[in-house]
Amino acid sequence: MKHLRSIDELGHDGVVRLLELTRHMVEINARPVPKVPALRGKTVVSLFFEDSTRTRLSFETAAKRLSADTMTFSVSTSSVNKGESLRDTIETISDMGVDAFVVRHKSTGTPWQISDWTNASVVNAGDGWHQHPTQALVDCFTVRQALGVERFDGLTLTIVGDIKHSRVARSNISAFSMLGANVVLVAPPTLLPPDVAHWPVTVSHRLDDVLARTDILYMLRLQSERMSQGHVPNLREYGETFGLDAARAAKLPSTAVIMHPGPMNRGVEMLVDPSALPNSLIHQQVANGVAVRMAVLFDLLAGESSTAHLATVAS
Amino acid sequence: MTGAERIVLKGGRVVDSRGERVVDVAVQRGVVVEVGEQLSGGRTIDASGCVVAPGFVDLHAHLREPGKEEAETIETGSRAGAKGGYTALVAMPNTDPPQDSVAVIDFVREQGKRAGLVEVVPSGCITLGRQGEALAPMAELAAAGVRIFTDDGNGVQDELLMRRAMEYAKGLGVTLAQHCEVATLTKGAVMNECQCCTSLGLPGWPSIAEELMVFRDIELARLTGARVHFLHLSTARSVELVRAAKRDGLPITAEVTPHHLSLDETRLTTFDTVFKVNPPLRSLADIAALRAGVVDGTIDALATDHAPHPRRDKELTLDQAPPGMLGLETALGVALGVLDVSLTQLVRIMSIHPAQIAGIADRHGRDIEPGAPANLVVFDPNATWQVEPETLASKSRNTPYVGMTLRGKVRHTMFNGDITVLHGEAQR
Repeated sequence: MKHLRSIDELGHDGVVRLLELTRHMVEINARPVPKVPALRGKTVVSLFFEDSTRTRLSFETAAKRLSADTMTFSVSTSSVNKGESLRDTIETISDMGVDAFVVRHKSTGTPWQISDWTNASVVNAGDGWHQHPTQALVDCFTVRQALGVERFDGLTLTIVGDIKHSRVARSNISAFSMLGANVVLVAPPTLLPPDVAHWPVTVSHRLDDVLARTDILYMLRLQSERMSQGHVPNLREYGETFGLDAARAAKLPSTAVIMHPGPMNRGVEMLVDPSALPNSLIHQQVANGVAVRMAVLFDLLAGESSTAHLATVAS
Repeated sequence: MTGAERIVLKGGRVVDSRGERVVDVAVQRGVVVEVGEQLSGGRTIDASGCVVAPGFVDLHAHLREPGKEEAETIETGSRAGAKGGYTALVAMPNTDPPQDSVAVIDFVREQGKRAGLVEVVPSGCITLGRQGEALAPMAELAAAGVRIFTDDGNGVQDELLMRRAMEYAKGLGVTLAQHCEVATLTKGAVMNECQCCTSLGLPGWPSIAEELMVFRDIELARLTGARVHFLHLSTARSVELVRAAKRDGLPITAEVTPHHLSLDETRLTTFDTVFKVNPPLRSLADIAALRAGVVDGTIDALATDHAPHPRRDKELTLDQAPPGMLGLETALGVALGVLDVSLTQLVRIMSIHPAQIAGIADRHGRDIEPGAPANLVVFDPNATWQVEPETLASKSRNTPYVGMTLRGKVRHTMFNGDITVLHGEAQR
């Protein structure tokens, strides 16, 4: 694998391969000294054109645990607006000798553009409303771990909230469908994309109607700007209709799990303290984030002998 | 000095509004002097196997001068036009400063004359600075020779202002050309609102943003009696609205671009900014409706919306890259490839009708007969060629047809009796 840009490019076998590899990384992370020399001499650059704390730290921690050198290049979009071409930025950094770019950008497609301009690997850490493939891998891994299953046949994933503007939703719809899950989307029509009928999902506008048949409840963050843009009248009404409160949590089957990609908007989509929910996987999602990103960087950068290599690092 | 030398175009198929016939055409001192068989004398240019037609007229060219000479100049844009078979280009007014004053209009026209490759026909702004707030001095501009007004790139959003513009334009006998886009519906939009944009997570550009303004302006034209031209229509419903308006006898005309006839929305799945354009590439159903609109005459003209951008601007991200693509040098080849029309109809939409809409039918798009100004194109409708960006005359390289093979190649272009393009090569 040269790049990780979308779940669809990765495909079913790629998803399964990375999820298996993640197990080894979880094992490394459990050691007293959670560090291996697998990527010594490799350089990973975080190129974040959009604010992010957790994803960037998660990638940088992952790179460091594999002994890669890391550089961080934080760019406000305003500097790009001043006329610097994205290509110039990429070529300049590439010239420093870089093995992988971890890219987040508010514009869809940026990882594909960048991969045309560099020989380095490109990891998509979120492009616009389009894709966030490592988050989907984290979520699939977390569900596998929590439910003790490898495939999700017969399970229903219910994604609630701002589907239209969510790269997490798009990546998860692909990844969970590949592993056999039924996917249900719950949102007001204003927060659904214009042509959702072609997706392998069913759609509901009433959260209460689908809770009883949900195995994995996935709450999305609602950004307050959606209110000013007229997608919802106000955040209180949104919380009342689509937020998770104790009463709704109680309508879930007892075996159901609750997820959120973070950061949470307490009082908007989360009206209950998630730590009070016994079946919340939110902390596991964050913890697994590092292991999944280790697996991704290892798969991209360890080279052709990666399987043999893994045997040495994992022993 | 326009050619004192007699030039005879030998053996071509002459196509104009009266149909087609194989005949020689002799040109001298800027005009057609003789049309007939076995003409001789002077310099001979072989036109056998080729079509000889009135030179093409583009209603929609962004020549970028003054203000963005990095992308194109009036000279380089004129050369691209001549190579594409054009003898007149309507220059869009979104220059910097914009074409809302006589000084800028005169400058653009003079730069066109200096280049001497085509007639550069400046359009005027409808509103000052294309800001949509106050009318530009349309009477002054009309007195300086402007026949067509537009805020292209911006639709005139305000209904009252558009009504006033139409009423005022009617008094001046000029045409208003509208870029139909209700701006509140397309904020931040990158591509057509469709199945594709749903999956790519790209902000969608709904068809209705165009159609609402087409509908509004048809009704305002009905109210005011003004002549209205619709720029670069892109949706099936827009074509249907124009068809109905014409059935009602309204003074409406419309154009379509080669790219909206040939490329669909899925081109954006590669995230190549060259395919970002305003209005966006639409669906296959829209393409079919646009083609049908050309065939049945609902669409009057093919217009390029030639929009050069320097490489560094197109190497921005999809949300920031400016919309637009080159068109002048590929229009004929694309049109011949996708339109199922006769050569006469092709000449109507590329020369005769746009000359009428631009108000320059006294000198362009005329039948080829003695006395007509010698603005002519000679093209081989069967020759194939591959689009290589390096060979384009435009200063920019943002053609969406890179590497594609087109059928239909301009051999020679003659502007006011001067040969501007000979054997496909610009002569100045």
